[in-house]
Amino acid sequence: MTSRSLVAVVGNPNCGKSALFNALTGLRQKVANYPGATVERRSGALLGDDTVELIDLPGSYSLTPRSPDEAVTHDVLLGTYATERKPKAIVCVIDATNLSQQLRFAIELRALDLPMVIALNMVDLAERERISIDTARLSELLGVPVIETVAVRKRGLNELKEKVTSAIDGAVQPSKDYGSTIKDRQRAARKIAADVTLSEGIGHQTTRTLDKLLLHPVLGVIILATVLFTMFQAVFAWAEAPMDMIDGGIGSLQGFFANNLGDGLFRSLLNDGLLAGVGAVVVFLPQILMLFLFILILESTGYMARAAFLMDRLMASAGLNGRAFIPLLSSFACAVPGIMAARSISNHKDRLTTILIAPLMTCSARLPVYTVIISAFIPNISVAGGVGLQGLVLFGLYLMGIASALVVAAVLKRTVAKGPSDTFMLELPKYQAPNLRFVAIGLYERARIFLKRAGTIILASTIVLWMFGIWPGPPDGATEPPVVYSLIGIIGGWLEVIFAPIGFNWEISAALVPGMAAREVAIAALGTVYSLQGSEEMIEAGLVATLNGLWSLPTALSFLMWFVFAPQCLSTIAVTKRETGGWRWPMFMIAYLFGLAYIASFITFQTAKFLLG
Amino acid sequence: MDGFSATAPVPATLGTLSPGAGGTVTAFESSDVKTSEDMIDRLREMGFAEGLSVEVLHHSPFGRDPIVVRTGGMTIALRRREANLVRVLLA
Repeated sequence: MTSRSLVAVVGNPNCGKSALFNALTGLRQKVANYPGATVERRSGALLGDDTVELIDLPGSYSLTPRSPDEAVTHDVLLGTYATERKPKAIVCVIDATNLSQQLRFAIELRALDLPMVIALNMVDLAERERISIDTARLSELLGVPVIETVAVRKRGLNELKEKVTSAIDGAVQPSKDYGSTIKDRQRAARKIAADVTLSEGIGHQTTRTLDKLLLHPVLGVIILATVLFTMFQAVFAWAEAPMDMIDGGIGSLQGFFANNLGDGLFRSLLNDGLLAGVGAVVVFLPQILMLFLFILILESTGYMARAAFLMDRLMASAGLNGRAFIPLLSSFACAVPGIMAARSISNHKDRLTTILIAPLMTCSARLPVYTVIISAFIPNISVAGGVGLQGLVLFGLYLMGIASALVVAAVLKRTVAKGPSDTFMLELPKYQAPNLRFVAIGLYERARIFLKRAGTIILASTIVLWMFGIWPGPPDGATEPPVVYSLIGIIGGWLEVIFAPIGFNWEISAALVPGMAAREVAIAALGTVYSLQGSEEMIEAGLVATLNGLWSLPTALSFLMWFVFAPQCLSTIAVTKRETGGWRWPMFMIAYLFGLAYIASFITFQTAKFLLG
Repeated sequence: MDGFSATAPVPATLGTLSPGAGGTVTAFESSDVKTSEDMIDRLREMGFAEGLSVEVLHHSPFGRDPIVVRTGGMTIALRRREANLVRVLLA
């Protein structure tokens, strides 16, 4: 489709560029409020016009790249990016409330002598701040069209499209010479801004007031801790009702099939394979959505950058800086976007360290594992202040991941990723009410990805597992359940030798193999293995009750500890290979994480066994 | 005392200021020329410029570093070491 004209959308971080891009293409893209949100190539047709392809380039303060994602912007605009053709035109997005700062980049882009249209975005906010800009004069001074837009209200979009379409084929008025240094461009930008600004405005008072509270030396820290703690409690408590509903639904389906289908392979496939396996994972959808809800809101309100500021000192103690907090917090949802977001870190060694510790952040795929084990073994009681013990244990597992990540980072920065660390410098964007539409779209995308995974990878591995679980059949006169004699039983038996010192039985050992695809598959696999060997009552009681009856507490704790560390996720390994450009670092990651997992589980199991007699 | 009555401008570096203090940026400079050139460009990209007013708004709860500074339309979090490249004429 090279006949389509490529048009690049460019601008400073936090200028509302991604929101404008979404409004122009209708493409579902994540809108975040921290620098470095745009890490993937996003493209789409301009307002349904297939002859113009818009691409969203990573936000940048200048054409001098400071990080890998800013290098993408630079290379694409200059036509040197290997897999991208040179854009035919630029849409330069400028935040109307921050004109003089953002004009400097526009002037630098202007010197590329590509056709350009300026989208003066967020003019509604500018009006509220009583800023008044002479758009016609600005257009005249720069020699390019300037369109006022409000991305979230779809204002000015048709006009922008019209100007972009005619700019592609039109002649370019050569740029004035604004000088070659950044100082020259600053001076020129301020002169133009002063010329076209009719009223200076009063600034964003809400942001100043909120920052006094949220960045307060004492209150700010308490609020950050409360936000994070609430997030983890909510994941447990608020998601309970919808989870019970899904669980009940699966149970009654199994009951229905048990009563209405003859005893045979097909019923076993449905009940033991699909419902016990896939169902064990789908039940966690509400929890995963709850977690993403929090992260999307933190991102889109502008609080994430404040959290990075508050965390800088702590990150510095591990040899990183506050900026690494953003990819690491995203990794609580999933390490894959977290590892990609590390592209906004300019220092190579800091970026590598962040990537290597990202899998230690407790991702949403661990939730199924943690929840099943905690529900089965930790009593649902309240400790001091009405805080649930189960939520507290979950919080502890999260803390364990964070603490070990900091220790590992400190070690890596002194050994394999040795080198001077980068400083911390970050724009704190204005606070915004979370855009409900974009949060809803983000959640919808997450639900879709999760269910698609459940319907493909997890479904396929569950069926394969079920097949190996019934084949080969038991010999005559067998005393154990048939699954013990199956391929699963045989492989589990071999692996049990390795895992016995950390308290894993053959069922767990067997479940870890398909669990390499993704962590939650291990739970699906346990569901299938136990369902195959169990009685009808056991299936109806569910996996939680089954485990409670079959595992010892030391085994359960050891299993939890294993999942704090073990890199049981092929997607994470694949994205690490892609981002670090080879097998060296993903292999290193696998080795050190499995090593830590085994050691931690060994200590946990042996200690718990000793203490509990 | 007459000799001192014309209040001599008080030069300061941004990184030494406490929350609430501020003034006008007069220059960017540092003793370590080699590493700071690039850092000064970065500071300019974030919005620092001669003649603009700056104000320190907050400091980190932990060790009072980094700090949050407002200049022009930008609110920027940065460490005191880099802030010290910015010379400020106190208001």
